[in-house]
Amino acid sequence: MPSEPARPNLDGPSTDALIEVEHVSFGYEPGRTILNDISMRFVRGQVTAILGGSGCGKTTVLRLIGGVHPVNQGSVRFDGEAIDTRNAEQLFRLRRRLGMLFQFGALFTDLSVYENVAFPLREHTDLDDAMIRDIVLMKLNAVGLRGAANLRIAEISGGMGRRVALARAIALDPELLLYDEPFTGLDPIAMGVTANLVRKLNDALGATSLIVSHDVQECFEICDYAYIMASPGVVIAHGRPEELNASTDPQVRQFIRGEPDGPVPFHYPAPPLAQDLGLGV
Amino acid sequence: MNSLAAIGRYTLDSLRALGHHAFFFWELMRTLPTSLRRPYFAVAQVHALGNLSLLVILSSGLAVGFVLALQTYYALATYGAADSVGLVVNLSLVRELGPVVTALLFAGRAGTSLTAEIGLMKAGEQLAAMELMAVDPKSRVLAPRFLGGIVAMPVLALLFSAVGILGAYVVGVLMIGLDPGNFWSIMESGVDVRRDLGNGIIKSIVFGVICSFVAVYQGYEAKATPEGVARATTRTVVISSLTVLAMDFVLTALMFSPR
Repeated sequence: MPSEPARPNLDGPSTDALIEVEHVSFGYEPGRTILNDISMRFVRGQVTAILGGSGCGKTTVLRLIGGVHPVNQGSVRFDGEAIDTRNAEQLFRLRRRLGMLFQFGALFTDLSVYENVAFPLREHTDLDDAMIRDIVLMKLNAVGLRGAANLRIAEISGGMGRRVALARAIALDPELLLYDEPFTGLDPIAMGVTANLVRKLNDALGATSLIVSHDVQECFEICDYAYIMASPGVVIAHGRPEELNASTDPQVRQFIRGEPDGPVPFHYPAPPLAQDLGLGV
Repeated sequence: MNSLAAIGRYTLDSLRALGHHAFFFWELMRTLPTSLRRPYFAVAQVHALGNLSLLVILSSGLAVGFVLALQTYYALATYGAADSVGLVVNLSLVRELGPVVTALLFAGRAGTSLTAEIGLMKAGEQLAAMELMAVDPKSRVLAPRFLGGIVAMPVLALLFSAVGILGAYVVGVLMIGLDPGNFWSIMESGVDVRRDLGNGIIKSIVFGVICSFVAVYQGYEAKATPEGVARATTRTVVISSLTVLAMDFVLTALMFSPR
């Protein structure tokens, strides 16, 4: 029987975590808080999911880990080193250790499939063309698209695009893989293929993966640990998938089961309908 | 008090925008040495931007040459100086119309294309993806396009003037019947290569910097939405054109004085 995945230690310093998010608060503009004192740890070698409804701040967590924005309070640590967005040198050094899959791939539309995957290799290595070709074909083979190497981006489907973006993200064998909504807009087969690839690539590369998604079941099938977020940018639960499935917390249950009404109300806050319609109030 | 506050806010906003432009320009200049180490990206942009504008530049140059020769002939013939048509057309094109009209056409054709391309790359998260791959988009995407525009502009301006002079030759010599020897020799004796042609080239380089900078800045700072890209494209044409016209006056005042 396989051993249980390690549980992140959320109290005190941890050496098993590649990424530590410590009491982070963040807002894009003053007075509009997106993240509210959240703490998370992402254990090396594990696939961790951040789940939550739209607008709860989960993609913002990825952006903070990538150093796209500075935190307002708290800290984000990458392998023990606090990310300082003002330090361009540090930022670029840390970013070379991560690969990110964007929600819609973010492929370079003026390049072919092959050139997209070769892009990070050409930018960051001095490898000759023959070596780059071998690596690109191996990465494309890993996502099942070796035969599509010469196609233009406009010629491939959304699901294929996501796999090309995945091949590009793993081109430099990163330690950390960030996935922003990897399953959005995919048909069931493409979704299954992508989920399978996320897990297999993580294990094959010995990487640490972080998935931001609202596809609960797909994520639970492949992740070792999960955080569930809710508005306004707070973590409402975390644990292994089976623990979260068994949770009795009404908000967690509503999210996991996709119930339309519950602690997260169906209606946006508003005055009574009768008052808005001017009926006898 | 409200109007005072509005003036203060407007002044602060203008200063902030100016500072932002200056900082962006500095950032772009800082990435140029890196871009120059890989000149093939800039060369590809010279090719792309040049090709993009070539047809409109050549056809406009020819049309301007035709019209300028006709109008100049009508005016000079009154004073019996019709043989100077070539000289007047040449000076007008090389000193003013070549650099200015080329810059206006470049802003409308290549500048808008640059802004839209960069804006759509931003909207498609391609620039963000590049940043997260530890690749600086300013160095990899903006700087080659900026350089490409600066190199392409004087070449296009020279082509505009050359085709315009050919147009004037067609109208003046072939259609009106001016003496071809006088047409070329008066032109040759009246045009100073350094003063007229040289200053014209300097003007077109300055306009190249303006048009390319405005185009890449607007693209990079565009809101990542369809409306945002559309507005940025419009701003590129308006800001480039007005800045080119204002700078043309300044440069003309500095460069040319009565001999």
